[in-house]
Amino acid sequence: MKQVVRIGCGAGFSGDRLEPAAILVEGGKLDYLVLECLAERTIALAQKRMAADPTKGYDPLLERRMELLLPLLKKHSVRVLTNMGAANPLAAADKVVEIAQRLHLSIKVAVVTGDDVLATITGFEKAMETVKPLSQSGLIISANAYLGADAILPALQSGADIIITGRVADPSLVVAPLVHEFGWSLEDADIIGKATVVGHLMECAGQITGGYFADPLKKPVDGMANLGHPFVDVYRDGRAVISKVEGTGGVINLATAKEQLLYEVTNPYEYITPDVVADFTTITLQQVAANSVAVEGGSGKQKPATLKVSVGYKAGFIGEGEISYAGQQALGRVKLAGAILQQRLQGLFQDLRIDFIGCSSVHPASLGQSCQPYEIRLRVAGKSLSADGAALIGEEVEALYTNGPAGGGGVRKYITDVVGVLSILIDRTKVNCTTIIKEA
Amino acid sequence: MKQKLYDIAHSRAGDKGNTLTLSLIPYDEKDYERLCQVATTERVKAHLNEIVLGEITRYELPNIASLLFVCEQALAGGVTTSFSMDPHGKTLSYALLEMEI
Repeated sequence: MKQVVRIGCGAGFSGDRLEPAAILVEGGKLDYLVLECLAERTIALAQKRMAADPTKGYDPLLERRMELLLPLLKKHSVRVLTNMGAANPLAAADKVVEIAQRLHLSIKVAVVTGDDVLATITGFEKAMETVKPLSQSGLIISANAYLGADAILPALQSGADIIITGRVADPSLVVAPLVHEFGWSLEDADIIGKATVVGHLMECAGQITGGYFADPLKKPVDGMANLGHPFVDVYRDGRAVISKVEGTGGVINLATAKEQLLYEVTNPYEYITPDVVADFTTITLQQVAANSVAVEGGSGKQKPATLKVSVGYKAGFIGEGEISYAGQQALGRVKLAGAILQQRLQGLFQDLRIDFIGCSSVHPASLGQSCQPYEIRLRVAGKSLSADGAALIGEEVEALYTNGPAGGGGVRKYITDVVGVLSILIDRTKVNCTTIIKEA
Repeated sequence: MKQKLYDIAHSRAGDKGNTLTLSLIPYDEKDYERLCQVATTERVKAHLNEIVLGEITRYELPNIASLLFVCEQALAGGVTTSFSMDPHGKTLSYALLEMEI
C-alpha cells in the first residue's frame, strides 16, 4: 500500500488552459490527474447541446484535452478523474474511446452516472434561493445532484484509466482517490474533512499557483505566461504538501494558499459537501520550501443526509450594446448617450442597466474618485422574454452612430440566451449511482 | 496620505448564488489584530453599501490570520441571471481594499 499519493489538478474550470495538465503529467510524477471542468451552470448549457444532438452534451474541450493527454497518461501511468462528462458522461466516454482507438492506445474508461435527477423533478419543489416552487422561475431544463466520493469509488476499484463523471462535488474528485488508496472509511469524518480541505485547495488549479492573485505592485508573480498548475502529496494521516512542477511559472506560498482556502467559502466552520461537513478553522499552513506549502489539521462532522441539486431553467434573454467615446468631454458625451437610450428604451425593459466602462461599470461610481478618463465605453443591458425583444438594445446602441452624440465608435451588440440555476436538497437515498465500463 | 486596506492586506472574491465572499488577509500576520479592529462588520457594510444589500457576516480565522466576509444579496440577484458586467463579482475584492483605515 502506498504511503503517499500524488494528485495533480490540471484544469480548474471548463475553459481552462490545456498545456499545464500536459506539463503536470510529463514532469509531475503523478499518480492521479484531476480535471475539474464544471461550474454552476455549465451542465445546464451542456443539456441544451445534448437536446440538439444526443451524441453531445459533454465538455466542449474534452476532445482537445484528451487528444493531448491520452498518450502522455499512458506513457506515465497516470489515472484521470474528471467531471467533463457534464450532461452526457456516456457520450464523453464514447468519444474518449474513439480518440484512444484513433491513437492506437488501449484504455479502460469508467463512467459514473446517477447525478441526472431531472426525471424525478415535479416543479413543485421549493427552491432554496426563492423559497417558491421551481416551475415558477421558468421552464426547467436540467437537474443534477452533487455526487460524492462514494459514487466515484467503484470506478476507481474497476481499475479504469479514465474516470468520467457528470456533476460531483469538486473536492470529491480529490477525496475519492485518497480513500481508494489509503482504505480510509468514508464514515471517518475527521480524515474525510482533512481530505476535503486538500480537495478545496486544489480544485481551482492555477488559483493556488498565482492565478487570480498576481498584482504587479503588491503581489508580483514571476512567469505568469507559463503558470504551472499544482500537485499535492497526501500522506496516510491526511497531511499534505502542495507544490508545482519545477521550471513552471507562478508561485505557491502562504498568501496564495490562504486566498484559495477561503475562496467561495460561506461558512468556514461548516463547509458542506456530499462527503462531510468540513471545518476549515483548525487548519495550519506552513511554507516548507520554495513553492511548497504544507497543510495540516482540518476536521469534519458527519455528512449531510441530503444532496444538493442544481436545477437549470430558461431565464429569458439578455440584450447588450456597447459604444466608445474618447477625447474632450468624453464623459459628457457618454452620459448624453446614456440619457438618450434611457428615453428611447423606456417602458420596454423592466430594468435597464447603463454602465460607463472605465468609470463605473463593475464598481459603483462612489468608489472611483472624480473619474475623468480619456476614453469611456458605454454599455447598456436589459432582460427580455424573447430574443427579438433583447435585440432592441443593441439596435438602439448601433443607431447612436447617426442619431447620438459626436464621435461615438466601436459598436458591439450581443444577445445571450440565459440559463438560470436554482438549488434544492433531495434525500441521498433517492439518488442511484452506477458505474459503466467502456474499453478501447 | 490616508492608508487603505490595500496597503496592508490582500483579498479574493468568490461567489455562491447571490452571496459574495471576500477574504481579507494581511501581508504581515502581525497586522491581523489591527485588521480585526479596523475592518469591523459595520465599517465594511457602510463601505460596500451600494454593493451589498443584505447582511454581512465576518468570520475570524486566527489559525491562518485572516478574515472572511460573507455578504448576502450582493450579486444583483445571482450569478446566473444577473446582467451586470461582472456577474460573479470577481472585481469586488478590490472594492473592499479601497476602504480607508
